[in-house]
Amino acid sequence: MASLKELRARINSVKSTKKITSAMKMVAAAKMHRAEKRSREAKPFATTMQRILVNLKESLGDRPGMPKLLAGTGKQDLHLLIPMSSDRGLAGGFNGNINRATRDLIQKLLKEGKNVKICPIGFKAYVYFRGEYPDLVVGPEGGDHRLGNVTFETADQVASYIEKLLETQQCDVCTVVYNQFKNVMLQIPTALQLIPLNVAMTEEKQKETLDEKLATRTEQLQAEYLFEPEPEEVLHRLLPQNLRVQLLSAMLETNAGEQGARMTAMDSATRNAGKAIDKLSLHYNRTRQANITSELTEVISGANAA
Amino acid sequence: MSIQLEIVSPEKVVVSQQVDMAVLPGLEGDIAAMEGHVPMILLLRGGVIHLYVGDKITDSFFVESGFAEMKETGCTVLAKEVKKLDELSEEVATKLLADLEESFKEAAKGNDAERQRELIDEMQNAQVMLELATSVKK
Repeated sequence: MASLKELRARINSVKSTKKITSAMKMVAAAKMHRAEKRSREAKPFATTMQRILVNLKESLGDRPGMPKLLAGTGKQDLHLLIPMSSDRGLAGGFNGNINRATRDLIQKLLKEGKNVKICPIGFKAYVYFRGEYPDLVVGPEGGDHRLGNVTFETADQVASYIEKLLETQQCDVCTVVYNQFKNVMLQIPTALQLIPLNVAMTEEKQKETLDEKLATRTEQLQAEYLFEPEPEEVLHRLLPQNLRVQLLSAMLETNAGEQGARMTAMDSATRNAGKAIDKLSLHYNRTRQANITSELTEVISGANAA
Repeated sequence: MSIQLEIVSPEKVVVSQQVDMAVLPGLEGDIAAMEGHVPMILLLRGGVIHLYVGDKITDSFFVESGFAEMKETGCTVLAKEVKKLDELSEEVATKLLADLEESFKEAAKGNDAERQRELIDEMQNAQVMLELATSVKK
């Protein structure tokens, strides 16, 4: 049985842990509030852009000579995966979920005989994949694989890198794996295919677009767009912008999700610490009382004997 | 006879309302979005969007490097920068223009043709912004 001194030390250490976790929870809550606002406000731009381009792709159909960013290279052999995690841990299953989802995807692709490259964003994903698949990890020159404060520059850097790979035919399909921010408690690991645009999407999104499609179908059979200036020029301008916007949007959601996940994790950690303290205090008091009782008994029986 | 107009910037949805007509600054000339317009994708130059209800202009916004999707029943504008006219500041525009000219000279030295073309576009936008800011002030 632990001595009183040991118990006291344990209680104190749990208490200071609790202080740390509850402080982290507060910080995460404040940060999440800001990050979520940013992400929420940036969302309409990204979704509208994606929607317009999807409509556009459908209305243009499969004509030859489409830009690679829209239609891909026509092959499905070289996959570029972009797992997005946070830079720091202590956020529950947030990063683990992304890493696992990406790893499953990688294994599936490798089994199918595809060539896979990984360009992680977020330090946790980078460290994980550097350990698991050291030969497959790539990244933009001078990039540090960190999410940082989520700026347009980071998205721009990654987007330029993807464009370069696409141009030099080192990549056919590009997919981002990120945590979709549903709410504070819930982040859903999601694979979003960026290139070619939007062929295999998550079930939910697919349903959304299906509904949308039905809606537009009843409205008018198929929107045939006019372009001003020429379609080539329009796409030339829109596609690179779309790539950046989609990446940024995913990064913003990751950022908000990270804080949300950390908040939830720290909340339950704080609660567990509280429970542990209660248990230890009870144990401590019982032990103390038992010690006093046994000492008393000794004194009394000693007095009786004398 | 109205359309649903939405103007979206990367930060937020700036406008979402019913209007009778919206005049957009297209890259190759102004175009009015009205009900029943043929679906169209339009690149925008830096300029002003006027919102019409009835015959009156109810609101005007400066937009920069954006594009618009028109449909029979609505019009969506996405732009990197969206500002109300009275938010434009002469000083900011002047400074922006000066900065751009500086970078243009640098790009000219390095013979970076593509960058130069980009900068010319941006300079035109800044010029428009400056003109608008001065005219609003008057």
